[in-house]
Formats: sequence, structure tokens, C-alpha cells
Amino acid sequence: MADQPPESGQDFEQTLGASDTSVAEFKDRPHSALSRVQHLLHGNPTLVPIIVLAVAIVAFGFIAGERFFTPFNMTLIMQQVSIIGILAAAQSLVIITAGIDLSVAAIMVLVSVVTGKLAVDYGVPTGFALIIGFAVGIAAGLMNGLLVTRVKLPPFIVTLGTWNIFFALNLWLSGAQSIRSQDIDATASGLKFFGTNIILGSARLTYGTILMVVIFLVLWYVMNKTAWGRHVYMIGDDKEAAEMAGIRTDRTLVQVYMVAGFICAIGAWASIGRVGAISPQSFYEGNLSSITAVVIGGISLFGGRGSILGALFGALIVGVFESGLRLAGVDVLWQVFATGWLIIIAVAIDQWIREVST
Amino acid sequence: MMTEVTPIVQARGIVKRYGHVTAIDHADFEFMPGEILAVIGDNGAGKSSIVKAICGAVTPDAGEILIDGKPVHFSSPIESRDMGIEIVYQNLALSPALSIVDNMFTGREIRRKDFLGRWLGMLDTAEMERFAREKLTELGLMTVQSINQTVETLSGGQRQGVAVARAAAFASKFIIMDEPTAALGVKESRRVLELMKDVRSRGIPIILISHNMPHVFEVADRIHIHRLGKRLCVVDPKQVSMSDAVSLMTGAMTPDDIAT
Repeated sequence: MADQPPESGQDFEQTLGASDTSVAEFKDRPHSALSRVQHLLHGNPTLVPIIVLAVAIVAFGFIAGERFFTPFNMTLIMQQVSIIGILAAAQSLVIITAGIDLSVAAIMVLVSVVTGKLAVDYGVPTGFALIIGFAVGIAAGLMNGLLVTRVKLPPFIVTLGTWNIFFALNLWLSGAQSIRSQDIDATASGLKFFGTNIILGSARLTYGTILMVVIFLVLWYVMNKTAWGRHVYMIGDDKEAAEMAGIRTDRTLVQVYMVAGFICAIGAWASIGRVGAISPQSFYEGNLSSITAVVIGGISLFGGRGSILGALFGALIVGVFESGLRLAGVDVLWQVFATGWLIIIAVAIDQWIREVST
Repeated sequence: MMTEVTPIVQARGIVKRYGHVTAIDHADFEFMPGEILAVIGDNGAGKSSIVKAICGAVTPDAGEILIDGKPVHFSSPIESRDMGIEIVYQNLALSPALSIVDNMFTGREIRRKDFLGRWLGMLDTAEMERFAREKLTELGLMTVQSINQTVETLSGGQRQGVAVARAAAFASKFIIMDEPTAALGVKESRRVLELMKDVRSRGIPIILISHNMPHVFEVADRIHIHRLGKRLCVVDPKQVSMSDAVSLMTGAMTPDDIAT
């Protein structure tokens, strides 16, 4: 039989009755001003790039003079960032899963070469060539996704590899030759659809610019308003926890890389309109530029944090700096210098914001 | 005196081997409606393994598992979850950067009933918030303003509260809790124990895996003692002392010693 009463084990807790009982209630503690800012940014990570963008536009309006602050120049900036912006949309999806995709620009150029070759050199109807291009983009993403989930390699290594592979394929298919603008006009002018201008006064929007904005809005909806988007954030935040909570994480991850590949393929179509010709050597730095835009946009490289729209603002910030410094007559090297600092400051701010959780 | 009640879970002769290590060695398991059943055992006794076999995280090599008297063969915890079995993992399986609502509905989000929900997959945020708030309020965890707070801004006890609320909200059969108080302070543990009693009083039984004898003896109706890969015995915490339970668990005593 028992040699002691069973409730004796709780004796040491008897003093608890006298102590504060507010253990598991949810309420806000008072904060200092700086910690309030930190919490505000923590809840709204896109606020930083929005503020930086607004300040940059106003500042360059003063520095670079009236030429900067015109509808013509503002819309020109949007045109200039449209392709990198689309790549950044694809990139941000992958980065939110705590991955990275070094192959986005390589996929895009490969798709533009495949589509261009088919439509211009082999006379395949434009629509059909585009569909094959989309399939190539999705297949490239599928390859990345399977290597990441099935072979369990780090995304950095997988996409470093596929960047080279896709680039080599694209040189082989194109014979390192560009497809000239006039040839595209003659046989497959539909490929240049997104280069079409809409002129409103001195503002010049292209369909490609609108496409970029639409892609971001659609992705914002998907990431914030659908279960799939929430799962993508959870996987980036803590993959193991997401798996235990009942999400099929590997399947979702493969889908993320496939969607990224598809967006790159849309970017390929837009890039033909933007550049005019199809060059296998173009956008070689696009991979890194897209990462720059995402990081400056306040999306955490550690995954799970940041709004997809941040990448759009990030791309615009880079565009505004380049345009502003150029119009102010500053040497190109200082544009690169400024971008470098933007990246470092953006990541430093991200680190600081994430300290809220510790 | 004994009435014939069908056990919720009945496992017989479960075996699981990893190479030449036998994690579960012809173990039996029985879990009754309305109870909190504690599973205790020394490190490596296989108490987690047997519970994992029940929820499908581990597929046994032999033996049968009946739930409500019907044989089941789960191949993943997602399948057992579909049957109304919820697990609160030791590490909680929460996403710190996401809100309380997002975490409560992970993997079973509610879509809007209209066109947007049906065709564009739009989530019914308002309904999910209402439901989460209701569940947290039921368990006394809620002062209303902050259902969209991220989980990382919560204390350890609050996080445990969210995980328990999630399990309680969706469990129609039972809840498995793995070391729910291991990472908590004294006051927070107390709160979680109250939550467990609360959940039991709502008719949802709990399997509790724990090392903490005072906690086990406080809430458990029966204690399943696991030793060397099998069930050694089931004891009544009102009949047996903590030190005897520990002696049984570690092999210093046998069940026969208790009976005399």
C-alpha cells in the first residue's frame, strides 16, 4: 500500500496561491519609444522599404533637380526595374521558404532563348512557342525543387549548380548568338507584346511594367489570403514544426520552386519586350540583382518573414538610387557603392527587428 | 463492479525493431474514455515509441492497434489527425513568426464560403479569428485584443497554451501530450495542468507522457509504467506512492512487490 498520501508531492507549490496568477494571459507590456518602433517594424516589415523609398524619391528630387521628379522619369524607373522586379517576385517566394534561388535569371534567359528559337528560327506559332517556354521554366523549377527536397541538398548549392547548367544549355541552344530585334518583328512580334507603350502625357508605362505590378499583387494575395501562402511562410519559419503540424512540406517546397520557375518564364516574355532582342548573354547578374531587391525589401534571408510587396519596393529603391545618382551626374561606380550599403543596412535592420522574439 | 466499456485505444503485442535494437517489445496498451492516462518510464524505455506507434508516427512491425474497437493502420500522424487524434509535441510545433490564429489553423484553414473562397482559395480570416478567440476564451487564456500577435512574442506558458488550445479545439477522440511541462516554470506548469483537467472535463481524454512525478500524480487517473520496451503494469495513483512508481519504472521493485 501507499506509504504517503498522494497529494503530498504538491506541497512545495502551496505558496503559489499568494503569488501573481497572471501567467498565461495575453496582454501588452509598456515599451520604450525605440522598442515601440522595433515592435512596429516587427509587425510591419515592409514599412522600412516604403519609408526608404519615399525618402529617397524626395531626396533625389532635391539633389538631381527637376528632371528626376517628372512623370517621365518616374515611369522610366519602373520600366528599368520591371524585369529585375519580376525575378525578385520569384526570388522572394523562395527566400521566404528560407531558401535561395541563384538560377532565376538563368531560367529566364534560357526560356527566352527557347521561345525565341522556336518562334523565329523554326516558325512555331508564337502562342505555342510561349507555352513550351512556360513548360521549360516550370520544369527548371521542378528540377531545383526535387534536388532540394529529394536529394536534400542546400538550395544555395542546388541553384548554384543549375545556374551554370541552365546558362550552358542556353549558350548551346543559341549558339551564343542573339536573335535580332527585326527578325522577331518579322516572324513573331507577339513576343514583344510587353514592350508596348501606354503614353499618358509625359508618362510612359509599358505593358511589362503593369505586368510586374500585377504579378506582385497576385502573389501578395496568394501569400496572405490563401492556405498555401500561409504554409509557405510556416515552412520558412520552422520546417520541422510545419511538418509536425500537418503540412506536407516537401510537396509545398517543390511547388514553390515550380511557381518561381513559371514566374521566371513570364519574365522571359516580358524581357523580350523590354530588350527588343534575345541575347543569351543578357541578365547575367540578374540572379544577384533579384536577391538585392528582395533583401532591401525587408524579406528575411532566414525565411518566414517579410512581405512579398517588399521585393517590389526593394527593386524600386535600387532603380531610384541609380536614376537619381545618374541624373545628379555621379559616376556609375557610386551607384554600385550605394547599393552595397543598402544591402548591408537592410540586413542589419532585419537582424535588429528579429531581436523582438528573443 | 466492472462495466464493459470499449477502450478508446487498445494495442496488443506491438513490436518495433530498429536493426537489432528492439524499441517496442510485444507491448500492450489500453486507454479508456474520459481519463488522463500517464505514461511513465525511464529514458530509453520506449514510452515515446509506443505512443508514436499509436498516432502513426512509427509503423509497428507486428501487433494490432484498435481505436474504438476497430483496427487501424496509420502511416503518418496526418492520418490519425484526420480521425480526431491530436498531438501536442514537446517542442510544440508552432511557427514563431506567425500569428496565434495562423498557428491554430495550420493545415486546416477555413476558406470563405463564397466565390472568392471556392475559386480563389481565400481564407475566412474573420471566422478563424472568431473560432480561435472562442477556444482560447474557453480555456481561460484570452484577454481579447491580441489574437493576431505572433507566437514568438508569447511566453513559454502562453505558447503551450496555444498548442493545447489547438489540440483541444480539433481533437474529437483524444489528445497526446509529450512532456507538456518540461520546459515550463512552476507557475506556468500549474496553468498547463489546470488546462489538462479542463480538457478532460470537456470529455476529451489525454495520454500524458511525462517525467515529472508530482505532475503525473496530480492529474493522472491511471499510470501506465513502461519498462524495457513493454508495459510493466498499470497503477492507480491513489494506491501507489511516487517512490514506488519510480522503483517500478527503474526495476528496483516488481509489480508483485506492490500487490503484497
